[in-house]
Amino acid sequence: MKKLLFLTLFGLAAAMTYAGGYRVGLQGQRRLAMGHTGVAVVDNAELAFFNPAGLVYLEDRINVSFGASAVFSDVVWQNDEFGQMARTDSPVGTPFYAYVSYKASDWLTLGLAAYTPYGSSVEWPTDWSGSHLVNNIDLQAIYIQALASVKISDKLSVGGGPIYVNGAVNFNRNLNRTLSDIDGNRANVTVDASGVHAWGWSLGAMFNPTDKLRIGANYRSEIIVEAEEGDADFSNIPASPLTPFNDTRFDASLPLPAELSVGASYEISDKWLVAFDYNRAFWDVYQSLDIDFQDPAVPDSENPRNYKDANTYRFGAQYIANEMFTLRAGYYFDESPVQSGYFAPETPRNDAHGFTAGLSVNITEKLAIDASFLYNRFEEINESYEYYMENGQNVPFEGDYKTVAFVPGLGVTFKI
Amino acid sequence: MMKNYRFLAIGLLALGIVSCEPDLDNPIDEAGGVYSNGGADFTNYVALGNSLTAGYADNALYITGQTNSYPNILAGQFALTQETNEFTIPYMNDNAGGLLAGGQQITSNRLVLATDSQGNNSPSVYAGMAPTTDITNVLEGPFNNMGVPGAKSYHLGVEGYGNLAGVQSGMANPYFVRFASSPQTSVMADALAQDPTFFSLWIGNNDVLGYATSGGVGVNQAGNLNPASYGSNDITDPQVFAQVYSQMVQALTANGAGGVLINIPDVTSIAFFNTVPNNALVLDAQTAGNLTAYFSAVSQVFAGGLIAQGVPQEQAVALASQYAITFNEGPNRFIIDVPVSQTNPLGFRQMTEDELIQLQVDQSALASGYGSVNLTTEVQQVLGLLMAGGTPTQEQANILFGGVNGLDDADVLDSTEISEIQTATTSFNQTISAVASANGLAMVDANALLNSVADGGLSFDGGTVTATYATGGAFSLDGVHLTPRGYAIVANEIIDQINATYSATVPKVNVGQYGTITLSNEVQ
Repeated sequence: MKKLLFLTLFGLAAAMTYAGGYRVGLQGQRRLAMGHTGVAVVDNAELAFFNPAGLVYLEDRINVSFGASAVFSDVVWQNDEFGQMARTDSPVGTPFYAYVSYKASDWLTLGLAAYTPYGSSVEWPTDWSGSHLVNNIDLQAIYIQALASVKISDKLSVGGGPIYVNGAVNFNRNLNRTLSDIDGNRANVTVDASGVHAWGWSLGAMFNPTDKLRIGANYRSEIIVEAEEGDADFSNIPASPLTPFNDTRFDASLPLPAELSVGASYEISDKWLVAFDYNRAFWDVYQSLDIDFQDPAVPDSENPRNYKDANTYRFGAQYIANEMFTLRAGYYFDESPVQSGYFAPETPRNDAHGFTAGLSVNITEKLAIDASFLYNRFEEINESYEYYMENGQNVPFEGDYKTVAFVPGLGVTFKI
Repeated sequence: MMKNYRFLAIGLLALGIVSCEPDLDNPIDEAGGVYSNGGADFTNYVALGNSLTAGYADNALYITGQTNSYPNILAGQFALTQETNEFTIPYMNDNAGGLLAGGQQITSNRLVLATDSQGNNSPSVYAGMAPTTDITNVLEGPFNNMGVPGAKSYHLGVEGYGNLAGVQSGMANPYFVRFASSPQTSVMADALAQDPTFFSLWIGNNDVLGYATSGGVGVNQAGNLNPASYGSNDITDPQVFAQVYSQMVQALTANGAGGVLINIPDVTSIAFFNTVPNNALVLDAQTAGNLTAYFSAVSQVFAGGLIAQGVPQEQAVALASQYAITFNEGPNRFIIDVPVSQTNPLGFRQMTEDELIQLQVDQSALASGYGSVNLTTEVQQVLGLLMAGGTPTQEQANILFGGVNGLDDADVLDSTEISEIQTATTSFNQTISAVASANGLAMVDANALLNSVADGGLSFDGGTVTATYATGGAFSLDGVHLTPRGYAIVANEIIDQINATYSATVPKVNVGQYGTITLSNEVQ
């Protein structure tokens, strides 16, 4: 009992799971509860995301897992040189996942997966001090994937499949720091695109050197989402030929970077399992957010991002308390892909410590409820975005940022 | 089963201990946490002054201008250092800016920058909406921003300055009518009734400005100690200023209030006098030659006339030589009319280097001979006669002299006028400085501040703010009053001086986040 208490509290002390940039690492309550480790854990259908190669080792014929999380994430910013402060009032994000696997034969398992690994929803107060960079952004991407998992031997399997992505973005910012109409309403632009789609793939392998030890690797490809003919709406533009901002269409592209995971799990005893994952997200692809407006009178918008590849180190433990309860806890360290000087308030992410915990309740032998909780701890950071330009001059936007995020999640695991 | 409930209970408890709101180590929104008011008490800040204090810009008072007035900017920063009362403002009814009196429009709408079909930009009166601020609609106060556009130093103590009945005769001020607590009250009485704990006073600009913007057509009242006899374009006697000024500060500090005094800028540093250069007469070689020939002819004919009247030749030529003005290809200084005198019998001369032309001079007239010569057919006939070696009659000589088309006095600040204004300004500023140190108040040298804006400009995170008309960023389209960015610069300087005097740490504002002029083609 003492051990249990320790485990639970540790899980809370360590807390939240996000990953840098607009990556949202919430692809399964059981795995999340263990620090979002899972590339080498064979437990339930959450493998469809973490490592499809492992699906073939699931014992039951049909495995289903689905669930959703509620992301409560807010950021506070202040600039003490000028006495300015702002807090986000972001809507609650609800990333979800749904996985199913079907054992077609002893050596082949087929699967289907839907999940939301990328997204961002940040809402600053309209016309706040950084409104020339962002007022609000809502970015969504749903991945749908068909999977095959092939057992080569009891020790080795591979799995993977094509990914279809459907994305949407809505972004509003003021045109600059001062332009306004006759009544002082700030000139702003909203870009909106939905139903944008693209294709990618993932491929994984699992190796089981002993009964207790599993080693896994999984790679998910980069997917560049190209928004074409999106709507750009300009508001509060002065009635002057000097500001010819008429509503138009825009093209833009946003990369959803590739991610490599490698890891291992070890069964210490019948009750205890530990896991470690290493992720590398290839954020280097995100060099600049460029919006190309079709109306030649409207200047294109170029916003350097200059992200760098980022690592995440994940640790998790699982304890089977009894037939009804399984407890999990975890920790991860998530490096931010944002480099100093490129800290834009639309994705204000610095390095994060994620502390996770959760449990499964076996209602019947076939049905379990999975709950998880993530607390992300961010250090307070003084950062700036230095690449906003005014009259050909870079105008830095800087201040102290502090983010808090916590994510309760609930899911169901079902097997026949 | 007991055990199982315990797991659930621990889980729920854990949810409860996680904070949802991010908190910074040193949050600035805890009043007094990061910034200090030092020895000042900003609880009830009252701002006194004229149009600059009200937030007047673009030749009108309107809501966004009031929002961006330096007192409102200051009040926002003061509130970061301690609990303060709400800073109340007698807001106009709209952003058009014109005033009505009983439905009749008495002042015009604000200026906006309009662009014509050729791409030329010019300040124009905004016509996108009709003005709706009627001065007969008196607002319920009290108001912390007591800035009254048009007020001179001695007006603030005048009872009845907010009496509607006195507006037409000029005895009262339409802006004060809108928010005076009674028709009989004075600006000072309404300010003192609020028992301010801190005040700012920026008054005296109009004591020289009216004279300046009217091109010096008013009277320099130095020596006249009765302000009731002054006209609106006159210069206030420095003694009168010193007396009313120290009386006001005495009254405002009687209860121990702290404050800041702001001095009077040099009117020659404002865009109103620095936009049309005095050498904007740009000529090609041929026109320059023609003008030189014309003035040479004027000089010769005038000398000839004097000699004919019996003036000795040497003396006649010497007197007439001042009219033999030469012009060169490129920029030349304009000709101005001056009073006829013994030393200048024809009453015109070329402008000197330091003399100024006001913003509202008729530019199209300048392009067609105003400020140089009106070469009519008659004048050209006389010139032709002279070229042929003929001698003009008296009548022909007068036609020739009549071709001179100098700038009017009202369009020009000549060197005498400039020196009168500077003498008065210097004296006012000496008073302000002395009163500030005698009372231990902060003092802001707006004179030096605006001189540095005019002389090279002040840099900020998005560039440089200069006094250049329309594009410089400091001056609104009336060339006299400031833009929000200009007022923010003033507010920062005031904050500096308050911090220095009262050992406070009021934060400054980010100048780059304040706008400049407004664009609109909704004009007449």
